[in-house]
Amino acid sequence: MNDYRDLTTREAFGRSIAELGNSNPDIVVLDADLSRSTMTKYFAQAHPDRFIECGLTEQNMIGIAAGLASCGKIPFASTFAVFASSRCFDQVRMSIAQPKANVKIVATHGGITVGEDGSSHQAIEDIGMYCLLPNFRVIVPADSVETVEVIKAAAMTHGPFYIRLGRSKSPVVYGGACDFQLGKASMLREGKDATIIANGIMVSKAMDAATSLSTCGIDCRVINMSTVKPVDKETILDAARETGAIVTAEEHLLHGGLGSIVAQLLASECPTPLESLGINDVYCKSGKPEDLLEIQGLTASGIYDSVKKVMARKRSK
Amino acid sequence: MDENKTADLEAMARKLRRHVINMIYTAGSGHPGGSLSAADIVTALYFKVMRHDPHNPHWEDRDRFILSKGHAAPILYAALGECGYFPIEWFTTLRKTGSCLQGHTDSNLTPGVDASAGSLGQGLSIGIGMALAARLNKKTYHTFVLLGDGECEEGQVWEAALTAPNLKINNLTAIVDYNGIQLDGFTRDIMDLEPFIAKWNAFKWDIIEIDGHDMGQIISALTKAKTAQSKLTVIIAHTVKGKGVSFMENNVDFHGKAPNKAETEQALKELA
Repeated sequence: MNDYRDLTTREAFGRSIAELGNSNPDIVVLDADLSRSTMTKYFAQAHPDRFIECGLTEQNMIGIAAGLASCGKIPFASTFAVFASSRCFDQVRMSIAQPKANVKIVATHGGITVGEDGSSHQAIEDIGMYCLLPNFRVIVPADSVETVEVIKAAAMTHGPFYIRLGRSKSPVVYGGACDFQLGKASMLREGKDATIIANGIMVSKAMDAATSLSTCGIDCRVINMSTVKPVDKETILDAARETGAIVTAEEHLLHGGLGSIVAQLLASECPTPLESLGINDVYCKSGKPEDLLEIQGLTASGIYDSVKKVMARKRSK
Repeated sequence: MDENKTADLEAMARKLRRHVINMIYTAGSGHPGGSLSAADIVTALYFKVMRHDPHNPHWEDRDRFILSKGHAAPILYAALGECGYFPIEWFTTLRKTGSCLQGHTDSNLTPGVDASAGSLGQGLSIGIGMALAARLNKKTYHTFVLLGDGECEEGQVWEAALTAPNLKINNLTAIVDYNGIQLDGFTRDIMDLEPFIAKWNAFKWDIIEIDGHDMGQIISALTKAKTAQSKLTVIIAHTVKGKGVSFMENNVDFHGKAPNKAETEQALKELA
């Protein structure tokens, strides 16, 4: 998979779904006038008869995907995350989630790292919205290599998926092979003092923070929780029991996403000091992706500070 | 039943209407008006026009039917039960805890229900997906979508109407049960759809306008739409809300209200 390492997650998606289309004739791709941005253009070029251009009719696209799925096709419907969530939520609920339609929604341009386009295009509610829906699996890959594995798993697994990708290039997390397993978190770094649970672009920042922390003697575990739903409870509870302090980091609102899910689990099964990094109930503005992340504290140093804070709480318990 | 005889189909439609009244009375809630207005259309589809097999609800080659106006579920259940998709004893369980007959259609639970519905405006898009799948899978089945007129106020209906000719869909028929009444009142007062035919025309659909209670006209329109290979057809069926029960006809109150015992007895007498 070395070919994919230097690509954006959306580029990796576009190329891998076109490739999967070669071996699986049931795969159909739908897009809503964004194929040159979501990178479904590769599939459109390779399999024009199985590419369905829906124009700017996202709600309609979801229904078409549901109809295709009910007749045995494996539709991948793609648009920007902000439209894939808020624009067609009722259609997703009624036509896909409730009937358990075998539709894969691959949303690109997730989070605030869309950057300059501003708040209208920054999906910060999407993961929470999709996690609310029964029957959905929700995945936020850490980099392009993992994206390819996630797309393969989604194609092979029956049922609704929401896969959230970014616009900008994600730093490489998986230099070598990525053994993605649906519903299973991967421990990228062992540690006994505290645990950082992250997904998406925050995973590489978590790794950077853990490296910095190790220089001051803090042994920090790092977990890539790419599958947000169904969440890997065992890995979270093991981390809580073994390290006694948890930090979550995600490019999403604090409410409804990874942080909320971890908090709910810990509160009910293993109360543990927890600090959560995310966007705190605000819409962000136009700007360079890295600047926007900095403003929200979604940086390696933000994670570093949160680990220190949560460890202080652990000690004072 | 001799399927070719219009009179037999009309008798079946009356029977389905009686099932609807009984079901909704027993349930204590439901939508009689829009179920009764669609009764003749649904009868024609299930007992004459559609290719389907009640013993094999998932038959890949079956014609598809989507009741996009999902609140008219009782008329679909009546047809499916009479066809033999499930025992007619299920009718008395409508809307009750543990029943396979939900308040609005649920494709997970009811044999023969091709799409879940209830949130309006979504069925035509699903129908396009099914029609595309037929093309991709090299199948000859036809997809029918029944819409309400009030439902046509939903924007997604027009997204789908715009999309179908763009995707060169030619194995799909939309039917509008134009009964002129929605929950809050007469459609012309709430959100006038006219000129309705001009709208579909502008969206490049072929149009057949019929009396939605004339069995001969219904069958002829459905058959024509199903066999026309090059066109995308919408059948505008002029209907009467609550058709067949005098005090429900054109009565806004019976959009979503169950009849009481006396009303039920009166309705069944009229539908005998």
